[in-house]
Amino acid sequence: MLFYIFAAIAVLSGAYMVLTRNLLYAGFSLLLTLLSVAAIYVLLFADFVAVTQLMVYIGGVLVLILFGIMLSSRVHDKSVMSENTNVGWGITISLLTLIGLSYTIWQAGFSSLPWIQQAGTDVLAGQKSTVQLIGVKLMTDFVLPFEIASLLLLIALMGAAYIATDKQKV
Amino acid sequence: MLTQVSLEHILLLSAALFTIGILAVITKRHAVVVLMGIELIFNAANLNLVAFSRHDPQLIQGQLFSLFVILVAAAEAAVALAIVLRVYQHFKTANLNQIVSKEG
Repeated sequence: MLFYIFAAIAVLSGAYMVLTRNLLYAGFSLLLTLLSVAAIYVLLFADFVAVTQLMVYIGGVLVLILFGIMLSSRVHDKSVMSENTNVGWGITISLLTLIGLSYTIWQAGFSSLPWIQQAGTDVLAGQKSTVQLIGVKLMTDFVLPFEIASLLLLIALMGAAYIATDKQKV
Repeated sequence: MLTQVSLEHILLLSAALFTIGILAVITKRHAVVVLMGIELIFNAANLNLVAFSRHDPQLIQGQLFSLFVILVAAAEAAVALAIVLRVYQHFKTANLNQIVSKEG
């Protein structure tokens, strides 16, 4: 039941993000969507992913996006409003995507796949929290992607700082 | 009781979020809103990964993958917003159509 409430909040605020023209309203409805997706992660036994979503998306990406809105438009004039373009094509393509994806999900019957049937409903239900499991996995099976991720973050940090500096003033 | 959400419903929610993200990317003119649509698409993909990870007999490979997706999304957002800021300083607008027409 909780899942459906959070799913409804996520979809409705996502739809409002598309429908509204005000950039700030769009940013805050994206906040609501990300929060409800984090809640759904908790319901799916992914507590660490939920906390990461809260810290990285809401604490990081969303703040960055709000900064981007405020720095790339003057709040008091019209540029905080965003016009739409290609509305007909956009609605057509996204409706086709939605219908195609729903039909595929409906036809595929993922719940009756052998490995899902074999695994039962919830492998993780016995765990109290996934944090220890994720830590062990990161340091054993996934240590190479972990290190590459740290390198990627360093490169992204330096690249973003380099791109955003004003070269004329230096 | 909470665990009885069927896999299909989660996948349908993820499809809906993906569609909304696609719609935002196609129809919005402001570069930052296009970025928000891309973030929604990332979230839809993550939801799929976490949903399948619930049934993974080898335990939470999907959750680990979704952690890496979140990480790459954060790096992408930082670099993309830096680019948007530079473009705004250069063209005095963040409207994608105007930028394209100015560049010719």
